[in-house]
Amino acid sequence: MQTIFFENTPRIIATGTIAGPKECAGVVGKCVDKTLTDDMFGESTYEKAECKMLSYAITKAIENAGEEQSNIDMLISGDLLNQIISASFAARDFDFPFLGVYGACSTLAESYAIAAALLNAGYYKKIVAATGSHFSSAERQYRYPLELGNTRPPQSQWTVTGAGGAVIASEGSPTAITSATFGKVVDFGITDVNNMGAAMAPAAADTILAHLKETGRNADYYDLIITGDLGALGSRILKDLVWEKGVDIQNNHVDCGEIIYKVIEDEFQGGSGAGCSAVVFNSYIYEKLKRRELNRVLLAATGALLSTVSSGQGESIPCICHAVAIENL
Amino acid sequence: MTGKNRENYNKNYIAYVNSFDPPTQHFKNCLRAFLVGGLICCIGQFMREIFEKVIGLNGDELSAAVSILLIFLGTLLTGFGVYDRIGRYAGAGSIVPITGFANSVASPAIEFKTEGLVYGMAAKMFIVAGPIIVYGVLAGTAVGLIYLFL
Amino acid sequence: MFEPYLEIIWGFVKAFAVGGLICMIAQIVINFTDLTAGKILVLFMLAGVVLQGLGLYQYLVEFAGAGATVPISGFGYLLANGAIKGAQKGFFGAATGALSAASAGVSAAVIFSFIMAMIFKSRSKKN
Repeated sequence: MQTIFFENTPRIIATGTIAGPKECAGVVGKCVDKTLTDDMFGESTYEKAECKMLSYAITKAIENAGEEQSNIDMLISGDLLNQIISASFAARDFDFPFLGVYGACSTLAESYAIAAALLNAGYYKKIVAATGSHFSSAERQYRYPLELGNTRPPQSQWTVTGAGGAVIASEGSPTAITSATFGKVVDFGITDVNNMGAAMAPAAADTILAHLKETGRNADYYDLIITGDLGALGSRILKDLVWEKGVDIQNNHVDCGEIIYKVIEDEFQGGSGAGCSAVVFNSYIYEKLKRRELNRVLLAATGALLSTVSSGQGESIPCICHAVAIENL
Repeated sequence: MTGKNRENYNKNYIAYVNSFDPPTQHFKNCLRAFLVGGLICCIGQFMREIFEKVIGLNGDELSAAVSILLIFLGTLLTGFGVYDRIGRYAGAGSIVPITGFANSVASPAIEFKTEGLVYGMAAKMFIVAGPIIVYGVLAGTAVGLIYLFL
Repeated sequence: MFEPYLEIIWGFVKAFAVGGLICMIAQIVINFTDLTAGKILVLFMLAGVVLQGLGLYQYLVEFAGAGATVPISGFGYLLANGAIKGAQKGFFGAATGALSAASAGVSAAVIFSFIMAMIFKSRSKKN
């Protein structure tokens, strides 16, 4: 069994989000707590800006929950940079234990699942789970210097500048995390680092199918099955892959990366990065859950577990997908 | 899925994914590369004419002066953050001219300044352009040695 | 009386056509192989070295002027040309000729990049 059930139903009581100017031009613009006009966020480097965004998302989530920081038991967080520096450095601003996790762009779902498990077991009362990413710092680490005049291939995606977090507690809101499915690492041999959607789609299909099978649910049990950052192309591949296995998610599948940007121009296939699902879920989707426009959501965030070293050595891209079921009770 | 079966499946999947690839716009890309590349060379030709007719340079000095001025322009446009925009429009049209070489040296220098002047800016200055120097020196010296022994 | 001007204009046309054509060939290579900018630069530089090694690129330079020297293949031409000229002076010249011919370009790239790095900060892409 990959799926665990939370019979004590830990609740998402509040969220905090922040996003860059480009992201806020799209659907999340009205829902985020803070829109950045300058993606440096008043800092001297992009890494510091990313750290500050994450820190802001955590603080804002706690504030929105009406809690004191002293009541928080733990922070679970991660990001895309080497040695998850943004998360660790953000954690030094807070006076509670920190659990650093890395699941590339699936970090949000992974940290929600771990938080829910700890709460369900009764070890803790309130946990903050947050993650974020920054276009410029990711570009620097994974690709090229920003000023280099190279062209982006049409399969490529645009790393989201933004961060989002949620306070998950044992009680206090109708929105509950009811189950979680931890994914297996899936590698279908894609080596093109610009085609993350195609690399991650099989992982998403694997986890979603496992979740539906183990919970005994149909795909239409969920109002929405959201993936993290497959992009337009990956999203189409995912629909095809699960269709092959006899599951139809044509009508209720939405990809965060696909919807986050308003104009698909240089973003091509849409957004990517840990911040993508963090911003879209914690603002836009959570808003809809609160207003009960959506009641059952499966958040399946995908991550590509590569590094510049592995792709330099010609390795293919192993991918993972974790899913959490979020329902209004 | 293990062994050979998995390999076959991978191949099928990769072929299937490739069928989704958005079509490359060959004609548009090539036209843009041609126009921008040609334009940069025309600017170079203009400098040649000026240096030749006004200052009276010729031969190796002339081409060195043109290269230096073009490299200056390339790094300046990189500093202003304009060159990457040109690059996105022109593709190879702005990569292949010497200004593209200047861009590939200046962009990491500006980018990695935050990691210090020695191990950041200076050490990473050639992360993109280093291979050009390495293989240029290797190939050039090889040509020289071949001519020496012929 | 228009003849010298015609010659200059013809020079521009040739530079535009040849320079544009070299860039277009690079673009075609990119389209079909997904090579990155760094690899394209190396490839075209090597092409220049090889062509001049065979004694061919100099005709293109004579014909097109900046159209042949401005693309990175012209840098390769410079390296090979320097090495060939150095080889006439003996072993030492053959070994050092390439880099000394290219020293103007390399020094300029390093110096100007250093200056730009001191002046400018990296800026994010808005789109």
